[in-house]
Amino acid sequence: MARYIFQRIVYMFITMLLIATFSFFLMKLLPGSPLMMEDKLTEEQAVIIKEKYGLNDPVPVQYVNYLANLAQGDLGISFQQDNRGVTKILIERAGPSIQLGAQALIFGLAFGLLLGIFAALYHNSPIDYGSTFLAVIGKSIPSFVFAGLLQYYIGVKLGWLPVAFWEGFEYTIMPTIALAMFPIAIAARFMRTEMLEVLGSDFITTARAKGVNRLGVLFKHGLRNALIPLVTIIGPMAIALLTGNLVIENIFAIPGIGDTFVQAVMTNDFPIIMGFTLITGFLFIFIILIVDLLYGVIDPRIRLAGGEK
Amino acid sequence: MENILEVNDLHVSFDTYGGEVKAVRGVSFELRKGETLAIVGESGSGKSVTTKALMGLIPQPPGRIKQGEVLLEGKDLTKMNERQLQKIRGRDLSMIFQDPMTSLNPTMKVGNQIMEGLIKHQKMSRSQAKKRAVELLEMVGIPNPKARINQYPHQFSGGMRQRVVIAIALACNPKVLIADEPTTALDVTIQAQILELMKDLQHKTETSIIFITHDLGVVANVADRVAVMYAGKIVELGTVDDIFYNPQHPYTWGLLGSMPTLDDEESELFAIPGTPPDLLNPPKGDAFAARNEYAMKIDEEEQPPFFQVSDTHYAATWLLHENAPKVEPPESVQKRMQGFANTGASEKGDNA
Repeated sequence: MARYIFQRIVYMFITMLLIATFSFFLMKLLPGSPLMMEDKLTEEQAVIIKEKYGLNDPVPVQYVNYLANLAQGDLGISFQQDNRGVTKILIERAGPSIQLGAQALIFGLAFGLLLGIFAALYHNSPIDYGSTFLAVIGKSIPSFVFAGLLQYYIGVKLGWLPVAFWEGFEYTIMPTIALAMFPIAIAARFMRTEMLEVLGSDFITTARAKGVNRLGVLFKHGLRNALIPLVTIIGPMAIALLTGNLVIENIFAIPGIGDTFVQAVMTNDFPIIMGFTLITGFLFIFIILIVDLLYGVIDPRIRLAGGEK
Repeated sequence: MENILEVNDLHVSFDTYGGEVKAVRGVSFELRKGETLAIVGESGSGKSVTTKALMGLIPQPPGRIKQGEVLLEGKDLTKMNERQLQKIRGRDLSMIFQDPMTSLNPTMKVGNQIMEGLIKHQKMSRSQAKKRAVELLEMVGIPNPKARINQYPHQFSGGMRQRVVIAIALACNPKVLIADEPTTALDVTIQAQILELMKDLQHKTETSIIFITHDLGVVANVADRVAVMYAGKIVELGTVDDIFYNPQHPYTWGLLGSMPTLDDEESELFAIPGTPPDLLNPPKGDAFAARNEYAMKIDEEEQPPFFQVSDTHYAATWLLHENAPKVEPPESVQKRMQGFANTGASEKGDNA
């Protein structure tokens, strides 16, 4: 098991190197320049500014410098934001996004799974139809509509929660709920289908024939088996939620990573774009690793050879 | 011998969009202490539904026990609620299923699956239950049981898994064990081992067994008595000798006639013509009449009652009525019966 994880981490480094390389050269292919009002600068001024950011060096030299800095955790300095370090900006901005995403993921999965389990348990009953209805709504109505509704009714009319900004836990509740609607819908539908299938399998009859009660059948025998396929959809879902949601961040005025990224793209702020790409890429492969390990935890059949004992 | 289980006039129906499917239409039998009763019949004859009804495992809805009683030591199981049944299941009545590949929970250690019943019914502590689980695995012939209880089902072969299923079923020393085609999914050599194991364990534990199968060879091997089911009813009931040497019902003749044997010179295997009746609208008279070459007019009109052939032997066919013409089984079946009489007894002796 340790060897497997080590191997995967080595692969992760290789993947990260490839992502860094591709994002670097793609940046070089982008049209336009990071300099604002370039045509108003004299040639000397432009050369001086480009010299400062190392943009006059030949591209291979720039690439080697970039990698060398990257190895030290230095993602360069932002072209636009007062020359602050990209690493610092991203850490500062990624915090709220990741917190919001993680809260939405945990709340969405927990609530969605429960909804799905009860829908399966009371199959073809009002509970089942209610959960289906909720899931259809969660899946088909975009999150910004929920965000607006929550802000208006809970924030403005009832005044229970703050409408915007990011200054404490109560500020995170409404954006979390708005963001969680989609995972709730997906998890509930998925869980219902899987649970129904698992509850129809032979080993559930065996468990019932042993005299195991309803809850025991459901949670001890059913849940773990129903979770196996769910792990597959958790990966992409987690990535989508953790890498920031531009719309929700904008609506609730959250200083997250989504907004920063869009600004960077608009102004050709290459170091921030590359830094964001790297962070997203890292999260992606990291979550895939976690998902692969999670499979083994949940399903002993796909545990790696030599991993058990 | 005293009866441990009595089933009286059991009717089980399933409500579907097409209407009420009468899967079991008045089944009565009794199971004696320590005996093995085989229930044979083709697919859809109601064997499994009958036994699932005994366990209270019929999904309701759509299933429903319309009438009848199931008396386990005098207590009617059909009147019990789910909670009471949970106490009976696994303790007094337990069950082995057909496919060992799917009847164990793939994400649970084998030991835990055995211990579950012990902890629930015998109020054992985990360590006591673990000790007992090791003993049980040893009893069903699984080598190295101490290591094996910490393994998962996928680490066992099909035959070994069926042994585990048997260990689970026998964990609490049940009074009645229902085996629903326990050897159908296994290959022939493993089949023989599992049958030997079951016979052996029955001697030790004095459990009564209801053995469902459509393999008549297995019946001859394990059963004391045989119930032949057709279209939701028992059509013939008797000891193994009654059924194999002196079958009375034309359907039993058909079953025996369609059994492949090695010393047969016929080139083609006999098959009963036609298909079983639709249990959505079961026929008014004898359900087998349409496929029965000996059918008489009364078979279309009225269902035959049980006629007693001997103390142990009953058959539901109008052919046994005193006014019916005397009919002999077809020649091929008579030859089979002769064959059983010559080899059957010694075969049974060998296996005992």
